[in-house]
Amino acid sequence: MSAGPVPAKLAEIIDDFQDLSEPDRLQLLLDFSRGLPELPERYTAHPELLEQVVECQSPLFLTMEIGDAPEHRVHLFFSAPPEAPTTRGFAGVLLEGLDGLTAEEVLSVPDDVPDRLGLTRAITPLRMRGMTAMLGRVKRKIREAR
Amino acid sequence: MTLGPDTQDKFSEYAHPERLVSTGWLSEHLGTDGLVVVESDEDVLLYETGHVPGSVKIDWHTELNDEVTRDYVDGEGFARLMASKGISRDSTVVIYGDKSNWWAAYALWVFTLFGHEDVRLLDGGRDLWVAEGRDLTTDKPEVTATDYPVVERDDAPIRAYLGDVLEHLGKPLIDVRSGDEYTGARTTMPAYPEEGALRGGHIPTAASVPWARAAAEDGTFRTRAELDAVYRDEAGLKDGDDVVAYCRIGERSSHTWFVLRHLLGFENVRNYDGSWTEWGNAVRVPIVRGTEPGEAPAGARR
Repeated sequence: MSAGPVPAKLAEIIDDFQDLSEPDRLQLLLDFSRGLPELPERYTAHPELLEQVVECQSPLFLTMEIGDAPEHRVHLFFSAPPEAPTTRGFAGVLLEGLDGLTAEEVLSVPDDVPDRLGLTRAITPLRMRGMTAMLGRVKRKIREAR
Repeated sequence: MTLGPDTQDKFSEYAHPERLVSTGWLSEHLGTDGLVVVESDEDVLLYETGHVPGSVKIDWHTELNDEVTRDYVDGEGFARLMASKGISRDSTVVIYGDKSNWWAAYALWVFTLFGHEDVRLLDGGRDLWVAEGRDLTTDKPEVTATDYPVVERDDAPIRAYLGDVLEHLGKPLIDVRSGDEYTGARTTMPAYPEEGALRGGHIPTAASVPWARAAAEDGTFRTRAELDAVYRDEAGLKDGDDVVAYCRIGERSSHTWFVLRHLLGFENVRNYDGSWTEWGNAVRVPIVRGTEPGEAPAGARR
């Protein structure tokens, strides 16, 4: 279990969610879903480079690029279909909150960060588990790469 | 006020054709007085990305389930929900949703617990509506609150509890989960999160008929002849049978319940909504592993 500090950008997103009423939090998650960028061509042309996160209810594919030492900055790439907006929204939050951080910073993100968005009641604990699984997969891939 | 049925040929073969409407029928009847269209999805945000114009959303988890107890809302809760969605007791309600109408069928089954008379499914659900390029909007509908009577839930005719299922052993049981869930190789759907069933397998004597066998590639229901071949010829159901269907939490088995009750006309069909997340965790209930249905144990009652 990691219990480090929440990176500034992710902390800001958590605050944004916490400041809203429940229906508005869902709206914000929808904005993240809409804002999830398309994969760059090097991945759309090579879907075999993406890994499926099977713990998510809807298909979610993920890959990452890790920069040079000493920082090992992490760049994340997610793909999920438009009929899975909740999954896309979670991916969007992780992308905006974590992309460009060092491997060390990502690894120390607390594992319960998804629960801090204040969405559990509206989204259901089961659906929230998908986001926790996504974060877990990101960390595992970083560890495997080192 | 209720609307007339969709009278297309495919539906007329079914036992209760008035329970289905086609995308074409819905398109023609949008905006008609007395019609309320409801979207009910697994993905809680899907409605917000675009929905059938004028439709309202009902979320299975936050609106149909009780917040504390594992149960459905009560009569007062249902009346409040209906009123807030602009549904009257005599409204024609057409429900559609994602995943081949799993959650739409589940919502329809919950409406039936409260005896709402005219409730129908959109054949093909959300996916077909989208695939056909029909109108979607993100505009929120203007809902005029209605006055819906408080009707107490009547579970017994269509809902089975764990004790009912134990007493039922020996009569037809349909397990609608995937093959690997039935044999006990896994306790959750492929690609779904683990929901914490302690044991894998199936209820003794249950026949394995995965829900998807009732759906065609485009998500519409298979024809009457195709359904008869699956449920009567293969699974061995006969007229007059008392049938219980179950899955993991009762949503996929609502789809099969709809097929058996409304399309094939079995009068006594109950959905065991506790399903595997209850049975697979309960103490001292009998379980069978592997591909064979297994025998009803003597004295299985607790």
